[in-house]
Order: sequence, then structure tokens, then C-alpha cells
Amino acid sequence: MIISLIIPIIMLIILTDGLIKKVPVFSCFTDGAKEGLKTMYSIAPSLIGLITAIGMFKASGALDILTNFLSPVTELMGIPKEVSPLFFLKPISGSGSLAMLNRIVSDNGADSVVSKIAAVMTGSTETTFYCIAVYYGATNIKKTGYTVPCALLGDFASMLTACLIVMRDV
Amino acid sequence: MFNYIWCFIIILSIICSVVTGNTNNLTNSILSSASEAVELIITMTGTVCLWSGITEIADKSGLSRTIAKLLSPLLSRLFPDLDRNGKAFGAISANVTANLLGLGNAATPLGIKAMKEIEKEKALSLKNFTADRDTVMFVILNTTSLQLMPTMIISILESYGSTQPAAIVPYVWISSICGLAVGIISVNIFYKKEV
Repeated sequence: MIISLIIPIIMLIILTDGLIKKVPVFSCFTDGAKEGLKTMYSIAPSLIGLITAIGMFKASGALDILTNFLSPVTELMGIPKEVSPLFFLKPISGSGSLAMLNRIVSDNGADSVVSKIAAVMTGSTETTFYCIAVYYGATNIKKTGYTVPCALLGDFASMLTACLIVMRDV
Repeated sequence: MFNYIWCFIIILSIICSVVTGNTNNLTNSILSSASEAVELIITMTGTVCLWSGITEIADKSGLSRTIAKLLSPLLSRLFPDLDRNGKAFGAISANVTANLLGLGNAATPLGIKAMKEIEKEKALSLKNFTADRDTVMFVILNTTSLQLMPTMIISILESYGSTQPAAIVPYVWISSICGLAVGIISVNIFYKKEV
């Protein structure tokens, strides 16, 4: 109930605050929206490139090969094999990992440990490559420096924590 | 780095599809995903323009500055080089607030604005267009972002009849915070020599 009201409440606060301080609200809005259009224009090329690559990755069966290749490591750590593809999928595809979460939950039941692990893994990070493509695509920055290694270390840490804390508790 | 990863994903996919005999699927996905991307961009354009407009009002009325002041004790530790009263700092604060509230749609345009402002303030155009510590730190804050209410995940669990779908929330907080901490620490390690 409160969650569904967050967005209207924020709009209400911003608009009344603008009116009180005598800001030309509507022309400000259109100025900002025009900036938004320019932004979308500048990030479109990098999104098309990224989404095509991710689409190819999902269609090629590469995910299964990578998961099988690393399964000895994940098994050693006691991570259920159902959730290990998420380690690869979550950083690159938000819709792909939601689809996988749906499948895991429908196969194993909503109250199973595996489903809980998958849910926590999916909920605790953003889609890293999408973020990087959008944010750098909007600027003129050509070299991303240490962004990718730092982001992937963070993703890996949060997904590993997800596995370990859920397994320990249940 | 992103160059190599992009090529790596495509080349790996082509090789894997030949190995697994999925070449038909691969070709179909090449043909369809570029237009899927455009569909996504069109959907995104609406929300990005809407929130860019709304936040422009908050900028003009001074509301953004108030939020920036509230968050500045925390954020000035993460971004010690940025001017606390500058535009970049304000946009970062607004983006962090939107992320915490779980407003992904609003967080993206604010984040883009923050990136542009950091680029301006740090004059990255004079430094070979290379990302510096502040841009990397900011992107990490977003990739490992903490969301107080992961509504999408809860609704999936709920739709499959979970008895306590919201029970995952504290686990999500703990693992988010771990990821965020590791991200921030690794940025500090990688960029130590420059500070």
C-alpha cells in the first residue's frame, strides 16, 4: 500500500515545493524532459550493441557450457547447481535472470532453499553490464578504467553472500 | 575493458553455438535482438524524459540541494574530491535516494546526469576520456545498489505461493551490503596510487 504510493507522493512533494518557491513548474519540466530525449539518443547505440551481444549469448547455449565448466568449483562450495548459472546471468541480463528465477521457483516450490537462494541472489545486485553501458554511453568517456573488475567483484561478493547466509540459516 | 568484454561475449557465443549446434537460434537472435533493443529504448524514453523533467523542477526549487545536504556526511567520504555544493554532488545524492526508495526508473536518468556532471567537474575530456576514481565509484554504487524493498522478487515468490515472501528481505540487505562494501573497497584499492 505504502509502496504503491511512493511515486505519487514524491511527485506531490516536488510539485508543491516548486509552486511554493514560485518555480515555473511546467516549463522546467519540459526543459528537463528535452534533456532526457537527448540522453536517450546518446545511450541508444551502446544499448543496441550490448543487447544484441547478450541475446546472442543467451541463444548460443554458452551459459550451460560455462556453468558445466565451473560446476566442480561451485559444488565444492556447496552451492546448489540450480542457482549457479545466475552467477553468470545476473551481471549481464536482468530480464534473463528474472526468467531463470521464475523457472527455479516453479520447479522447486516457493518455500524451498534453492528458490530462496535464487531470489536473494537476483534481488541483491543490479544488472551490472546494463548499468555500465547506460552510464558510460551517456558521457564521452571512452575508457572505463577499473569499472568492470570492481563491479564484478562486488556482484560476486553479494551473490556468494546470498548463497552462504541462506544455506546456513535454513 | 568494455571493448574486450563485448567482443568476448559475441565471439564466445558464436563458438558455443557451433559446438552445441545452436546456430539457427543464434542467427535468429542476432536478427531479433537489435530491434528488441529499440523497443526497450522507446519504452525507456518515456520514463527517462518524465523523471528528467520532474527532477529539473526539484533542482530549480532547491529541493535537490536539501537532499544533498542530508546525505553529504556519508557521500563526501566516498567522493572526497567533489565539491560538496556542486551539481555533481547534488545529482549523486538524488540518484542514491531514488535507488534506496527502489525507484529504478527515476534513478537511471539521475545517474546519467550525475555521470555527466562528474565528467564536467573533473574535466575528464582533458584526461583522454578515461574514467577516474569518482566515475568508477559512482557506477559501483549503482551496480551493487542497495534496494530497501525488492518488490519484483517478492512478487515472484508470492505468485508461486510462498508462505512468507518478505522473509528474504533481510538476506537481500545483508548480501547487498556485502557486495557494496567489496565494490567500494576494490575501487579504493585499484585507485590508491592516484590519490
